[in-house]
Amino acid sequence: MSLRLEAVGLGLAYRGRAAFAGVDLAMEPGTLTAVVGPSGCGKTSFLACLNRLDELVPGAAVQGRVLLDGADVRGPAVDVVGLRRRVGMIFQRPTPFPLSIRRNLDLPLREHGVRDRAERAARAEAALRDVGLWAEVKDRLDRPALALSGGQQQRLCIARALALRPEVLLLDEPCSALDPLASGVVEDLVRDLGARFTRVVVTHNLAQARRIADQVAVFWVRDGVGRLVEVGPTAAIFEDPQDPDTAAYVRGIRG
Amino acid sequence: MRTAERPRWRGLAAAGVVHGAALAVLGAFAWILGDLLVAGLGQVDWAFLTAPPQDAGRAGGVGPILASTGILLAICLVVAVPLGLGAAIFLAEFTPAEGRLGRLVRRSLDVLAGVPSIVFGLFGNVLFCKTLGLGFSLLSGGLTLACMALPLIIRTAEASLRAVPPGLRQSAVALGMSRTSVVRHLLLPAAAPGLLAGFVLGVGRALAETAALIFTSGYVDRLPESILDSGRALSVHIYDLSMNVPGGDHRAAASALVLVVALLAINGASALAMGRFGRRLGAR
Ligand SMILES: Nc1ncnc2c1ncn2[C@@H]1O[C@H](COP(=O)(O)OP(=O)(O)OP(=O)(O)O)[C@@H](O)[C@H]1O
Ligand SMILES: [Mg+2]
Repeated sequence: MSLRLEAVGLGLAYRGRAAFAGVDLAMEPGTLTAVVGPSGCGKTSFLACLNRLDELVPGAAVQGRVLLDGADVRGPAVDVVGLRRRVGMIFQRPTPFPLSIRRNLDLPLREHGVRDRAERAARAEAALRDVGLWAEVKDRLDRPALALSGGQQQRLCIARALALRPEVLLLDEPCSALDPLASGVVEDLVRDLGARFTRVVVTHNLAQARRIADQVAVFWVRDGVGRLVEVGPTAAIFEDPQDPDTAAYVRGIRG
Repeated sequence: MRTAERPRWRGLAAAGVVHGAALAVLGAFAWILGDLLVAGLGQVDWAFLTAPPQDAGRAGGVGPILASTGILLAICLVVAVPLGLGAAIFLAEFTPAEGRLGRLVRRSLDVLAGVPSIVFGLFGNVLFCKTLGLGFSLLSGGLTLACMALPLIIRTAEASLRAVPPGLRQSAVALGMSRTSVVRHLLLPAAAPGLLAGFVLGVGRALAETAALIFTSGYVDRLPESILDSGRALSVHIYDLSMNVPGGDHRAAASALVLVVALLAINGASALAMGRFGRRLGAR
């Protein structure tokens, strides 16, 4: 089941220096939101706030709220482990664990209390099928994950998150470390996951955003702080942008 | 033309220096080993390795001494490895790299690692032999060795834990994994080769130690019956034979050969283990 995610007045500062601020953005259930904008405008920082990964950075302070299905993810009753199961994150560089392919999927499942071995195996297989990797790896599940190609590694990372049955997927430039072919495979995969997940994809590739996104959010640096300058349905952003920076950006003039 | 030639000449000179240095190191090692082989090989046989020394070591073998050395090493490792690993995990994972506490602990460890072993010997003598009442014993010696090896083990272990790519931690946390299981299932395996290297360095230092042991485990060359007995380590035996026993030089060479071979064997075994482990994880 996919859930609605909403940022309200969201901002993040590293040791008192604001990376981005004042972001109001609603991500409807099952939609794909593309987050675009020039380097350093706070896209990665924004994603990190959505599943509380900012807590890994000493001195990072969050303002505003993130609502998952209406409830604040920083509320006192929220358990962060459960939150991160429900809101999965994929990084720019594939980060398989230096373990076997099987262990890569097994370890997080075990961590989340899936005791039954057969069930873990079944969920791992389903996730690998979801990302189209099953046929490629089913005979080498006990081989090291690091021996896979970059594109396969990235799909393994997506499978690893999917095995936990998340409701939201955050993807930070999931294709930018891959060659064009592997990039196309991952892009299709993210699109075809479809309404099962609410997806937020950071990308520098505007053509890609145009192909896969339901809505596009444009970040821009204003006075040294990242701001959400425009958000709307994909067609509107690309064909009729309101903000002058957005207009120049989507026409490829700036950014 | 000149500009093209000069760097080339310099490159050759630099290569010469580098190769020369490498050859010098290799040569020195070969010389020592060759010397020991010539002087000692004829005497090393099964009887030498198992028999007790006679006539202050001029005759007989090193059996009890090997046993004492093994026990000393075992005590050192049993204490230093868990403590060292724990401290390294604390430093690498639970204190920020530039934090005050971390810096202080690291600085102290670096100082400790450079303290001459005789100081550790005197310290161990006061603390373990006298204050804790353990007397001259293998236990006192092993604990002193552990104190000496700890700084080395902690620092190398911390460095290898910190060398694990941050992306690994980040993605594990993003999957909802707890700190402890990240350490247990990911960081320790990923850092294992470095950890092993640290332990081997520590063992090497302990195995080669003389000064610290004379004051703590003593130099009784009988076969120890418990870890509270005094016992003589191999390096102490070599020292004693060459300094205090006229006519003991040939036995000193034979014992030194045994010591060097033991060191080489430990190094070889750990290299083998690292290779196995690396293949299993698929890291290159
Ligand atoms: N861990 C950190 N500590 C301090 N400052 C940081 C940290 N991470 C990011 N920043 C700063 O926050 C700002 C936004 O960075 P962020 O990585 O979110 O941008 P981005 O839009 O993802 O950029 P890119 O497109 O290059 O990935 C930058 O000015 C950056 O220097
Ligand atoms: Mg980024």
